[in-house]
Amino acid sequence: MRSEIISIIIGMALVTLLTRAAGLLFNMKSNAVYERWLKHIPTAMLTALIIPSLLMPRGTLFISLRNPYIMAGIVSVLIAVKTKSIFATVGFGMITMLLLQGFVI
Amino acid sequence: MILGVVPFGLTCGIMGLTVGLTAFETILMSGLVFAGAAQFTAMLLLGSGAVGFGVVVLTTVVVNLRHILMSASLASVIKKLSLPLKSILIFSLTDEAFAITTARMEKSTYSGLYQAVVSLLLYITWILTTAIGVLFTSYIADPLAWGLDFAMPASFIVFLIHRLKNATSAVVALVAGVSSVAGALLLPGKWYIIIACVLACTVGFVIERRG
Repeated sequence: MRSEIISIIIGMALVTLLTRAAGLLFNMKSNAVYERWLKHIPTAMLTALIIPSLLMPRGTLFISLRNPYIMAGIVSVLIAVKTKSIFATVGFGMITMLLLQGFVI
Repeated sequence: MILGVVPFGLTCGIMGLTVGLTAFETILMSGLVFAGAAQFTAMLLLGSGAVGFGVVVLTTVVVNLRHILMSASLASVIKKLSLPLKSILIFSLTDEAFAITTARMEKSTYSGLYQAVVSLLLYITWILTTAIGVLFTSYIADPLAWGLDFAMPASFIVFLIHRLKNATSAVVALVAGVSSVAGALLLPGKWYIIIACVLACTVGFVIERRG
């Protein structure tokens, strides 16, 4: 099990290095098709990571006001919109989560 | 800008232990991979258990595809540098280093040494804050019971909000959100992340082509 984790970490390190080096190998022109497709990846990837982890924090759908991940998520979105600060968002988001976990469940 | 990685490093350390990695594995990942988004995603996958080498590494490639664009846009200047400096800059090419370096390029000229110093500071900050996050979490018996895994979505929310600037990005996010939940319910393992990502990017691409 653990040696598998180490091999996964090394695999990740290698492909990360490859993607970082790849730009030097290919002579890419700007505004190409893949660039216009690739630029959406951060938005798509962030959403695909955030939404399921809030709506189904333990693997099953849990859409309810009693789901602390949804409530803390809403608080974080409001703070992110208002302050645009990562410190404030993560800080208040985590405090909200800890308060909810302490009082609700 | 360098301080901006502090909450991410802390989150990374917290997440590592929360999903069941050891302190050593969590810090090793920060030291070897040095890519926040890829590390968070991998931790999410590992935390769900029963995912193997293939899913994690393939997802890492997709998360990291944007690196190709960054190194391509710096290629003309990086190619002229010595091999050791070139290697260091390629290993440590992160979103933050890229943003800081290109911002300076607009004001004056490109300097490989400048990028190397920025990258080194980011690297040290990343490893130190990961270690602090690990240390903090190691005092908590059951991080999941406290919902500490919320640190990942909380930090991602800031980035997502920044990126939702126009109708296209909102549609991309909507497609990714709906299809990721549907995929998570219907598909085995964590393939829904890649599938939702590919689907949403394609929708965004098609919308802009028409518009």
